Amino acid sequence: MTQMTYTNALPGAQRDVVLAARNVSKFYEDAGNAEGRILVLDDITLELRAGEFVALLGPSGSGKSTLLRILAGLIAPSSGQVTLHEQPLQGVNPAVAIVFQTFALYPWLTVLENVEFGLLAKGVPAPTRHARAVRTIDLVGLDGFESAYPRELSGGMKQRVGLARALVVEPEALFLDEPFSALDVLVAENLRHEIGDLWRERKLSTRAMLMVTHNIDEAVSMADRLIVFGANPGRIRADLRGLPLAQRRDKGGAHAELVDTIYRIMTNPQEDVAALLPGVSARAPGPATSQDAYQSLPHVNIGELTGFVERLRELGDREDLYELARDLQLDADDLLPLAEAANLLGFADIEAGDVTLTATGRRFGEADILSKKEIFRQQATGGVRLLRDIERRLRAAPEHRVAEDDVIASLERAFSPPESRRQLDTAIDWGRYAELFAYDDDAGVFFIEEDAPAVAE
Amino acid sequence: MSQIHTPVTLADRGEAQAAVRARPAYAWWADALAMAAFVAAAAGIVIAASHWTAPLTPATSISLSPSALPLYAGLSTLRMALAYLLALLFSLVYARLATVSRRAERAMIPVLDILQSIPILSFLPGVVLALVALFPHSNIGVELAAILLIFTSQAWNMTFSFHQSLVTIPRELQEAAAIYRLNPWQRFTRLELPFGMLPLIWNSMMSWAGGWFFLMAAEQFTLGPRSFQLPGLGSYLQTAANAGNGGALALGLFTLIAVIILLDQLLWRPLLAWADHFKVEQTGAAQPRSSAVLRTLRRSRALAWLTERVFDPVGEWLDHQSVRALTLRPAQPQSHAVERLTARRLALGVAGLALLALIGWGVVAGGALLAQVSPQDWASVVIATLATLARTTLALLIAVAWTVPVGVAIGLNPRLARAAQPLAQLAASIPATALFPVLLLVLIGLPGGLNIAAIALMLLGTQWYVLFNVIAGAMAIPSDLLEAAQIYHLSGWNRWRRLILPAIFPSLVTGMITATGGAWNASIIAEYVSFDNQTFSTVGLGAVIAQAAYHNEFALLLAATLAMALTVVAINRLVWRRLYRLAEQRFRLE
Repeated sequence: MTQMTYTNALPGAQRDVVLAARNVSKFYEDAGNAEGRILVLDDITLELRAGEFVALLGPSGSGKSTLLRILAGLIAPSSGQVTLHEQPLQGVNPAVAIVFQTFALYPWLTVLENVEFGLLAKGVPAPTRHARAVRTIDLVGLDGFESAYPRELSGGMKQRVGLARALVVEPEALFLDEPFSALDVLVAENLRHEIGDLWRERKLSTRAMLMVTHNIDEAVSMADRLIVFGANPGRIRADLRGLPLAQRRDKGGAHAELVDTIYRIMTNPQEDVAALLPGVSARAPGPATSQDAYQSLPHVNIGELTGFVERLRELGDREDLYELARDLQLDADDLLPLAEAANLLGFADIEAGDVTLTATGRRFGEADILSKKEIFRQQATGGVRLLRDIERRLRAAPEHRVAEDDVIASLERAFSPPESRRQLDTAIDWGRYAELFAYDDDAGVFFIEEDAPAVAE
Repeated sequence: MSQIHTPVTLADRGEAQAAVRARPAYAWWADALAMAAFVAAAAGIVIAASHWTAPLTPATSISLSPSALPLYAGLSTLRMALAYLLALLFSLVYARLATVSRRAERAMIPVLDILQSIPILSFLPGVVLALVALFPHSNIGVELAAILLIFTSQAWNMTFSFHQSLVTIPRELQEAAAIYRLNPWQRFTRLELPFGMLPLIWNSMMSWAGGWFFLMAAEQFTLGPRSFQLPGLGSYLQTAANAGNGGALALGLFTLIAVIILLDQLLWRPLLAWADHFKVEQTGAAQPRSSAVLRTLRRSRALAWLTERVFDPVGEWLDHQSVRALTLRPAQPQSHAVERLTARRLALGVAGLALLALIGWGVVAGGALLAQVSPQDWASVVIATLATLARTTLALLIAVAWTVPVGVAIGLNPRLARAAQPLAQLAASIPATALFPVLLLVLIGLPGGLNIAAIALMLLGTQWYVLFNVIAGAMAIPSDLLEAAQIYHLSGWNRWRRLILPAIFPSLVTGMITATGGAWNASIIAEYVSFDNQTFSTVGLGAVIAQAAYHNEFALLLAATLAMALTVVAINRLVWRRLYRLAEQRFRLE
């Protein structure tokens, strides 16, 4: 898949490259797949330069966490290479420390021991180790908690320990793997600011930062460079310059515009990025890849989808995606699947970062329980190929029973085995709601109930 | 028993908090106690060593006088402790090696499964003859044989548990260890061992229970014309039973129970309380366990001094050495690395070939041995297998029949649970084999005789696993489910069928798996008994194995052992694993 990566990032040749991925691909062997393997990352080239804070954004399944682990040397790339100061990297990257999403603190070690942990392998003598750990604990504001165990701390405090453990080794590059997503909104905001301050005021010996995040707002407020990934397979779609420092915090016009742009890129996965930039009006959605291929179903349940459509109806049928995310207090990663599902079912159109209810969507939003099901059934059989396919097989099958294995086999031509299972689970959820079929979980069999209403043709 | 969770009372909590407040205050009597314990342990080891190095005395005459009991209890405990240390070392190393590579795991875990299903007495002739031949002139050979026999009843469940822990370490904890470049030693001491600590301690307690169960078989055995007896509690009980001395039997039993309770209070409870901070759940909600002994130890100044001056520096030194040896190796040029890799491959290949050759030799030798087994013997092995299968099944059914209603009643009634659980735990801690002579005295005269006694012994040894799991399962039923049943007037059979049985199903299956394993192992002791200078036996695989071991009939022993291992593994695969999967998928309470 060759696709041009749009970039407006500053040419950085004048600054030295700390860490780089050169033509890195990652795939997993899979005999069930037609090609014998599943591509997770497709030919990624990315440079992390001194003084840079880079954010990786993208839908789940776009391989951004995998790329972070490849750069850290925790996973080996299938092809291509990672270089550290232009030297090929082997094994775990000695220049990198990671702050983990789930903190990854050792519950049986105290705060102090957890922070000293980073220095253990370096053979630093105990007194020095102790002194450095205490200093770093002070730096992240954990003074007084040295002898506490992680279970005694709140989430925000735990992540401070994770940060201290990373900083104490004075890494050349600090990786943040969705560091705030397990935290409460206010705590996350607070910690974001503090990390931003430490970084900007050059209190750290760290020369470069790399952050994986779902939160577009967060990325825009923090990063010098924003890299937007696309999924299936994971690839870089855009490499955008961040805002000037002064505009990052105030969330003014420039901030909102950049967030909007990224939303637009992420909600139009098929579109050429250059066409989605501000000032350029987006074209109608491109032709679908192939008529008989299954669409990728977004994994949302009916309750969420219904709530989404109803809320949009209340907001006047049309809303900016970024505003909607704020209104519903959702990350991009949670909101986008909802918008995609609404689009797939013909309830909403997505254009230029806005989502607009269609006539059907408006009807669906107002209908009562039973009419909602009726509308949903019509839209689902009309628009969702997987559901239509299962229903067709059921009608053709003797006794109207179909084993899920057959359906999974077809799905695996397009998706990885775990993703196929998730696709099927979503289809089961939707199909049950639409009363298209019933499903026996023990046997893994689809069937049509005797008293089921006639299936819409 | 690893599923058991004893509720901690409010009083315990108060104590725990008091302990926290009182921690800095040292106590002289804590020091005195620690010193006394140290001196006692050292003295015990010296006494035992003097016995071991004494000239070989195959059949010590066991004194039935009460004054001999403390020594016997000490010797038995020491034997158990050594066997346990061996089992611990084995499980740590074996489980760690099994996780080195996918290929190693695929070979090593099934081997463990088979080892687990081989009954203790099948190891007996090989182990004893080899070790006695190795040390012909001192007691060490026989002692080591006894220790190895106890080891075979302790090692497997611990190994399984530690392996299970190793493969379930969360990915991010592993990645943190990798990114901060911990070497294998640091990774083991900082991550792997702490992560597996709690299950390891629970399984250690189970292993000790298993060890006590087989103590009598391990301290006294006959091989053809030679019989061996070691001074200890097991042989004391056996001798008392043979002599029909009821008083000595009672005294021996009492001593055994006292030792078990002491160990529980002095070792396991403190250990569990100490291991509380290895819990992985990051919530602070769970109530801390507490132990008076641990609190005392923590207040000991001598121990604090030892920790600061000896343990910590030694740990630091080990760490430092591991860093020098493993982490800071100078980076080698690529060609060297390749050479090292090939050398390693070569070594692995040679080791693999050697292993294959060994296995091949074993198969050939075993096949030759099996060829000697007469068709009649094969027939008797098959009949015996069926008989023992019937017996274990019956024992299991009886156990389930009484433990399910009782366990559910206890589990659903907190007040009853508080009263009944310590009692049940005490009852469970008494090794059934020690009660067996008493049981025999009563049952041997009845019609059915040993047949019924054998089932009773299996029941005594295994019903507790089921009971404790049922209690734990019933306690874990969410109260909103119970309230819902109440609101909708679900009662009687419907309440059992719709709520209680599905809810306790996973725990019940876990308990039954452990119980069947135990029942098969117990058959060896239960179906063939020397008692009062007579030998009683009934038709069964355990009897065949015991008989063959005592009479050095290696061919028959091998055939019967294979039959038992095959049956146990087959039942595990065909019945239990499926039920377990069903329980995991359908009846899990989230």
